[in-house]
Amino acid sequence: MTDDLRTIAGYALREALRRRVLSVVVILTLGFLALYWLGVREAFDEVQSLGGVPDLEEETLVGATLIGLAMFVTLFLGVVLAVFLTLSAVRGDAERGLLQPLVVRPVGRTTLLLARFLAASAVCIAYVEIVLATAVVITGATGGWWPSDPVLVGMGLGAAVVIVVGISLLGSTVLSTTANGIAVFMVFGAGLAAGLLGQMGEALGSHTLSRIASIASWALPFEALYQSALHTLTADITGVAGVAVRLGPFGGAQEAGAALWPYALAYLLATGAIADLAFRRRDL
Amino acid sequence: MPTPALALSAVRKRYGRTEALAGVDLEVAEGELVGLLGPNGAGKSTLTKIACGLVRPTGGTAVACGHRAGSVAARAATGYLAELFRFPGWATADELLELHQRLARSDGGPAERGELLELVGLADARTRSVETMSKGMQQRLGIAQALIGSPRLVLLDEPTSALDPAGRRLVRGILEGMRERGVAVLLNSHLLSEVELVCDRVVIIARGRTVTEGAPEALTRAGGVEVDLDGGTRHFPDARREDVPELIARLVADGEQIYGVRVVRETLEDAYLEAVEAR
Repeated sequence: MTDDLRTIAGYALREALRRRVLSVVVILTLGFLALYWLGVREAFDEVQSLGGVPDLEEETLVGATLIGLAMFVTLFLGVVLAVFLTLSAVRGDAERGLLQPLVVRPVGRTTLLLARFLAASAVCIAYVEIVLATAVVITGATGGWWPSDPVLVGMGLGAAVVIVVGISLLGSTVLSTTANGIAVFMVFGAGLAAGLLGQMGEALGSHTLSRIASIASWALPFEALYQSALHTLTADITGVAGVAVRLGPFGGAQEAGAALWPYALAYLLATGAIADLAFRRRDL
Repeated sequence: MPTPALALSAVRKRYGRTEALAGVDLEVAEGELVGLLGPNGAGKSTLTKIACGLVRPTGGTAVACGHRAGSVAARAATGYLAELFRFPGWATADELLELHQRLARSDGGPAERGELLELVGLADARTRSVETMSKGMQQRLGIAQALIGSPRLVLLDEPTSALDPAGRRLVRGILEGMRERGVAVLLNSHLLSEVELVCDRVVIIARGRTVTEGAPEALTRAGGVEVDLDGGTRHFPDARREDVPELIARLVADGEQIYGVRVVRETLEDAYLEAVEAR
């Protein structure tokens, strides 16, 4: 099974490289990072030129907000990559006639699906971690602010895109390519909307909004992982800067607690099991 | 009695309310070349897909090379070319065959890939990417892919639909070669003349049922004798080959000039249409 996994995963990775998916992503990401660097430089310059606000640590406020922005964009780009690497993995490829020559080989359908999952996850995790690390370095080198636990922040974002890979693969077993792409992006949008509702609920002290956001986050744990990563980013910031960050667009994120990681793993396994069952029962 | 390479018994398949197969029995012996014929929607592709495990039957049993069709062991012994297939455009012919060698657990290496590309007339296209190949070349590559790992059973669904006459002749040669090596072949094709030329046995299905089967010459009937005369061609529908000398002698005695004589035999197409339209 290991050889088959390696063969299919290698095939999927080569496909991503040869179809220039990764080249396009790299070019666009370089564009984003260049813009981010300009934005970071301007933001820190502007804050310094405003003069000191009593008790406000400007570098902390600007640095945390900008890395929060970088996290949001990185998650979005990572999700786009995850979706485009997997949206047609089963039904779409079967409708185009690409899947049948592989499925008739003595490789189990489970192996095929797992290999596609591992290949897409590896690409997405590498992408998210590299982009986030670059953004952190740009922010730290330019403005002198570094997050206290960047590894945990990166793990949260990486895990979030892996959950999206799983959801997209599950969708690909039942939906056509276009329908799956639309469905996954709508699910992603719903998760983000729920997260924003939660942040509003936190700022306004609304238990109803917070509860809605909490339920949505557990139903779509990529959002809970993203929120948890944001929380990790801002948790140590105290004083006036802490208050200002929490009132900002990337503040007020909820800490999901110790159950999040095992829950996310169980969610991923359940998603994989359902996808596998659907694939094995599917006539091609 | 040796175990058939493919044995389908009372195979049924329903897609929702549509009955694609209503209990089909079919056997292909080792070294036998069986043609599967039928009109569009008769269930030919579904039957072929059941034989290679792409589709699960609703009922009945399907055994390929002694194992349940679709099982790992059955798939390891089976080669398949789908009617509607596509290979990744970015892959070269050699890369594609190498991928299938790995998946088929074939240890043939570059030698096997070279031989197969030579066999299908693509020896010069080894490093050419699929997206730059014509449809006919891709179909030849599909045949090469189906033969990776020397399968005991080969299922070909419309393998010559995109080929020119030279390509079809090449495929006929490949099929005959497989038969000589004892490979069982199920050939699903609309090209009746091709099936008639190469197959040992023909199975005709319509509306999910077998309507007739047998050797091509057994399915076709004698169609009389045609004689070209001064006044045109005369058809003697009841005459047989052994009646020709007497027939010609009588016509000459009657003062007719003879320009040509043909013993007519019904084509497989006639037998096919008769069988299908009788349903």
